[in-house]
Amino acid sequence: MDLLTFLQQLINGLSLGSLYALIAIGYTLVYGILRLINFAHGDLLMVAAYVAVMGVGLFSWPWPAAFGLAVGLTGLMGVLLERGAYRPLRRAPRISLLISAIAASFLLENLALVIYGGRAKPFPVPEMFTGAFVWGGLFVPRLSLIIPLVTGALLAGLFLIIYRTAVGRAMRAIASDLATVSLMGIDVNRIIAFTFLLGSLLAGAGGLLWAMKYPQVNPFMGILPGLKAFIAAVLGGIGNVTGAVLGGLLLGFLEVMIVAFFPAWAGYRDAVAFTLLIVLLLLRPTGLLGEALGEEKL
Amino acid sequence: MRLLNNVAIFITLAVAYNLINGVCGQLHLGPNAFITLGAYTAALLTMTPAEKTLNFLVTPLYWPLSQATLPFPAALLAGGLVAVAFALLTGFPVFRVRGDYLAIVTLGFGEVVRVLANNLQGVTNGPLGLKGLYPYTNLWWSWGVAVAATAVVAALVNSSYGRALNAIREDETAAKAMGINTFRHLLGAYLLSAFFFGVGGGLLAHLITTISPSLFTFFLTFNLLIIIVVGGLGSTTGAILAAAGFTLAGEWLRIVEEPTAIFGFTIPGIPGMRMVILSLALLLVIIFCRRGLMGRREFSWAGLGRLLRGGLPGSVPGAGRP
Repeated sequence: MDLLTFLQQLINGLSLGSLYALIAIGYTLVYGILRLINFAHGDLLMVAAYVAVMGVGLFSWPWPAAFGLAVGLTGLMGVLLERGAYRPLRRAPRISLLISAIAASFLLENLALVIYGGRAKPFPVPEMFTGAFVWGGLFVPRLSLIIPLVTGALLAGLFLIIYRTAVGRAMRAIASDLATVSLMGIDVNRIIAFTFLLGSLLAGAGGLLWAMKYPQVNPFMGILPGLKAFIAAVLGGIGNVTGAVLGGLLLGFLEVMIVAFFPAWAGYRDAVAFTLLIVLLLLRPTGLLGEALGEEKL
Repeated sequence: MRLLNNVAIFITLAVAYNLINGVCGQLHLGPNAFITLGAYTAALLTMTPAEKTLNFLVTPLYWPLSQATLPFPAALLAGGLVAVAFALLTGFPVFRVRGDYLAIVTLGFGEVVRVLANNLQGVTNGPLGLKGLYPYTNLWWSWGVAVAATAVVAALVNSSYGRALNAIREDETAAKAMGINTFRHLLGAYLLSAFFFGVGGGLLAHLITTISPSLFTFFLTFNLLIIIVVGGLGSTTGAILAAAGFTLAGEWLRIVEEPTAIFGFTIPGIPGMRMVILSLALLLVIIFCRRGLMGRREFSWAGLGRLLRGGLPGSVPGAGRP
């Protein structure tokens, strides 16, 4: 493998990795607060993609309007999910909450299947995002540059919210002790809904970027990226936003590099993430940046 | 016939699944991995060498498997044992973690096994799958296994072993403090359930007669999850009733997907509506009546007697009398 190919794969890994990072943040935000894997998070990617397909394809809106609406509706969908499937069970045993999350995920997938049919739809990629640069033999799709930029910008905004605003302070407080925070006169439900909104907006943006990278939209498109992003979040230390970004990038690089160095293993690409997860849980269950959690939190 | 076989196989799978999810309280999302292993092992062992060469056109089957042919019961047993071997291998990482992590790791097994089945062409024939299996599964086998699985699981749950598992579900720290080796107990339950998943998979393979990796997706696990939640997590009786009900309702719900005429109006069928209804049902059950159909109660002859005499099931006879 020469340097050029390596750089090429580095770019591919960066764009895939920042996508995973963007989605992983949504998991980590919710997990940090509720200690719940939001199984339906991946399906929010699919929701965003379908709304955009409808907006651009069916109603022929200009793409910024359709994309904006897609992200907004996905955010609302996340809040709705929390209201409908998670809030009623907040005091229930954990296993019920998990089952409810899985049921919600299946409901979204199958609703999409009923509404849009099982056949994959092509995603209308706006012209601005197509095309590629060629720098001295290095092939760089424009999207591969846009994805990390968008992720970076959204991340900066997210950090601003979490560390510089009152809502962000409340979020961090809930993450460390939910019961005490509610005693301090903070409307916990509102903050949790806001967290879901933030995470789902990021998922909406991630869904659109994913659909532009792999321009096929089908009802089950969100499952695999969702699971892998979750693994990325665990890899970085779940509940830790910086960790989620790190984990996402690492997983993206790893997947791309394995396929690049061992082309014969390309078929096993999807198993990489899960194998990584199993090894990780054996060696360091709290992830790279995770603090040591007590047994109660695991 | 096929429906009754299906009912029996789902009872086997649901009872085994309930042992882990309901009795031990650990959300295990990988039964499809074990079912796949059982199905492939059993299928490969019952096929004759001639059938195998006919199936494996792209990549020939590896040597020892390509010649071996076993009778059906032995193949089923082998399917169960391979699943147990896989469970033994995975049990160590799995039970180092709990809760959400356990769920996602076991979910990962399903994915990994599916990816392997798709790619290890020399063993599984890849995405093409195995075709033309002899339909060995009949009512004797399927119901025999279902009864055996139920008997074993029920005996286990009622033993001190089962009570230890219940204790782990209620409070693991307290159970540990009482001197229960939680790891060994959970692993035991996990291995037993894996065995029945494997055998159930073998039965399923010889009922459908064609298997491919796409048959054993997470969707299968999801169906089992619906069954045990609706039946009441932790109740073997509930799992049996719900498995039977689910399989029959699955057929009945096909009506929604076909055009029907009611009072002269033709309602167009909505394909896929069945799954929407099922997932909505699961969501509603888990939110509004979390105890499911049976709660944690079990069927017993004594309980039936009390019910017939007008007492409440589960109440101690004579407890309410002055």
